[in-house]
Amino acid sequence: MSKLKLSLSKLPKPVKIAMWVLLAILAYALPLLEPPFITTPGVDFGGVLFVVTMYMLVALGLNIVVGYAGLLDLGYVGFYAVGAYTAAILTSFHANWPLLFALPIAVLASTISGVLLGAPTLRVRGDYLAIVTLGFGEIIRLVAVNTEWLGERKGISNVARPPSVGGTEGLFEIPHLYWGDGTVLIDTQDTTKFLVFGVLDQIPYYWLGLTVVIIMLFADYLIKNSRVGRAWEATREDEDAAELMGVPTFRFKLLAFATGAFIGGLAGALYASRQNFINPDSFLLLFSILFLAAVVVGGQGNRWGVLVGATLVAYLPQRFREFDDFRVLVFGLALVALAILRPEGLFPPRRTVRAKQLEQELEELEVGTDGEEKAHA
Amino acid sequence: MPDTPILEVDQLTLRFGGLTALDNVSFDIKEGEILGLIGPNGAGKTTCFNAITGVYKPTSGTIRFNGESLAGKKRFEITQAGIARTFQNIRLFPTMTALENVLVGADAQHTTGMFSALFRLPKHRREEAAGHDRAMELLRFMGLAKQADELAANLSYGDQRRLEIARAMATQPKLICLDEPAAGFNPQEKRILMDLIRKVRDRGFTVLLIEHDMRLVMGVTDRIVVLEFGKKIAEGAPAEIRDNPAVIAAYLGVEEEDAS
Repeated sequence: MSKLKLSLSKLPKPVKIAMWVLLAILAYALPLLEPPFITTPGVDFGGVLFVVTMYMLVALGLNIVVGYAGLLDLGYVGFYAVGAYTAAILTSFHANWPLLFALPIAVLASTISGVLLGAPTLRVRGDYLAIVTLGFGEIIRLVAVNTEWLGERKGISNVARPPSVGGTEGLFEIPHLYWGDGTVLIDTQDTTKFLVFGVLDQIPYYWLGLTVVIIMLFADYLIKNSRVGRAWEATREDEDAAELMGVPTFRFKLLAFATGAFIGGLAGALYASRQNFINPDSFLLLFSILFLAAVVVGGQGNRWGVLVGATLVAYLPQRFREFDDFRVLVFGLALVALAILRPEGLFPPRRTVRAKQLEQELEELEVGTDGEEKAHA
Repeated sequence: MPDTPILEVDQLTLRFGGLTALDNVSFDIKEGEILGLIGPNGAGKTTCFNAITGVYKPTSGTIRFNGESLAGKKRFEITQAGIARTFQNIRLFPTMTALENVLVGADAQHTTGMFSALFRLPKHRREEAAGHDRAMELLRFMGLAKQADELAANLSYGDQRRLEIARAMATQPKLICLDEPAAGFNPQEKRILMDLIRKVRDRGFTVLLIEHDMRLVMGVTDRIVVLEFGKKIAEGAPAEIRDNPAVIAAYLGVEEEDAS
């Protein structure tokens, strides 16, 4: 794994960029290619991929809070809910805004809720923060259940969809592939209209989600490699030492919380828009745990790791629906196995990778000196 | 050497419940000097450090830095104002590289926020370049340039101690407080460290040094303050301290027992 990474990092820059572009094209084309084994039998592949991108988005946001700043947040679904409900209220329940106007407000609302929750609670540490955030997630849901203005248990329907480009027929149609027995055909009957956000074809939502994920990846990279990212990491490693080195830790923790809430709210609003309908059951505690699982499974602190984690958590249960009854059991077993075999996650950040490399180098050195000694003897 | 005090500790008292850790301690540090703070275990040296750097709030008494009281200032504000420190037990950021550790220190004087970072504004680029230059320069000064990309956790013990000093210097302090920087060193390493501390002073820093090893403190400091059971029992040039009967009785006696 680390060898692969090393040889990749040695490639010249244009080659690297070309590889990334190719990877991105492949990612965009994935639902059109409908590759066998990967497609989900019985469920709409595009829809599953959209959910995967939402988990990715949420995992990236939660990774900032948990992975970078080291704040255990067990109520992340609360921000997701604030974003979703704000979008739903503004586009359907109490107003008739287009989604594009509602999105910034939804994101703003969840960011503010992050600041409001963080300002008093980020002064406590560790377990206490986990408990407070756990309560926050549940409170948001219970408020939604009990408030008529928020649709109570019935929820809110007719949430606005993103605006389609080129009317109901789109600009052009893109055919899908059809995988027969040993043959691959272009299926002109099965097409996706570019770019229509409709009811049946969910692929445009996936493209939207994927685009947002890519933007967030860039943003994540830019922030991580700056004073802000270093301050988060220093705070996570040793809060007191960081403070004594001139890091206003509280301010940076609040910033991490607000950033996480921003991304969570965005994901919630997009989810509400695609789903067209939300009710409090979309925001159960279970989702907070799944989001956290995505971050932890992938390897908290590593943006690519959490993307893989999000993919596993969102995709595997859909791919293997035939084992539906055992889904939670298998998931639990997988988590236990992971905790034992790879406690740092599947793709831990470079710290562990680097430490291992060093270990190996030391071993090689030791072997080398042993050899010399033997030669001398 | 100018005689203006950079730090004035005035009748500093610190109580934890019934325990008086510091009792009416007063001393000055003059700009450009190396002041030794010594005393047997539990004398209150580190407590004094913690009071100066804002970790503990004084029960009574004042600490003035550059003529300005530090009361009510937060820890990071005190660092930004120009007091940096190292720790008795090494407290680096283990999963960050040596360079990143020093960069965190350098960031103390920076103000780049989320927005500047996100859009790579000139401010971000300027501060990032300046911080990087300063950090690399300090690593070279400490002889750690080769290990710049090594994780702090993977550095040798001595390198970690030196990295802590580099990180503290990166915050551009006027006063740098070293809490037993030679702890765990052999005599040879201690000598090298003492030279280093002198070099730190020659770069314009004022140094407050806590140290256990008497010989070492005598060799490097300009003046020494001796604490015992939270009280100041002596103050003066190293030669005076060496001959002070109270110090010999209180400190050296205990030191011998410690050594056995």
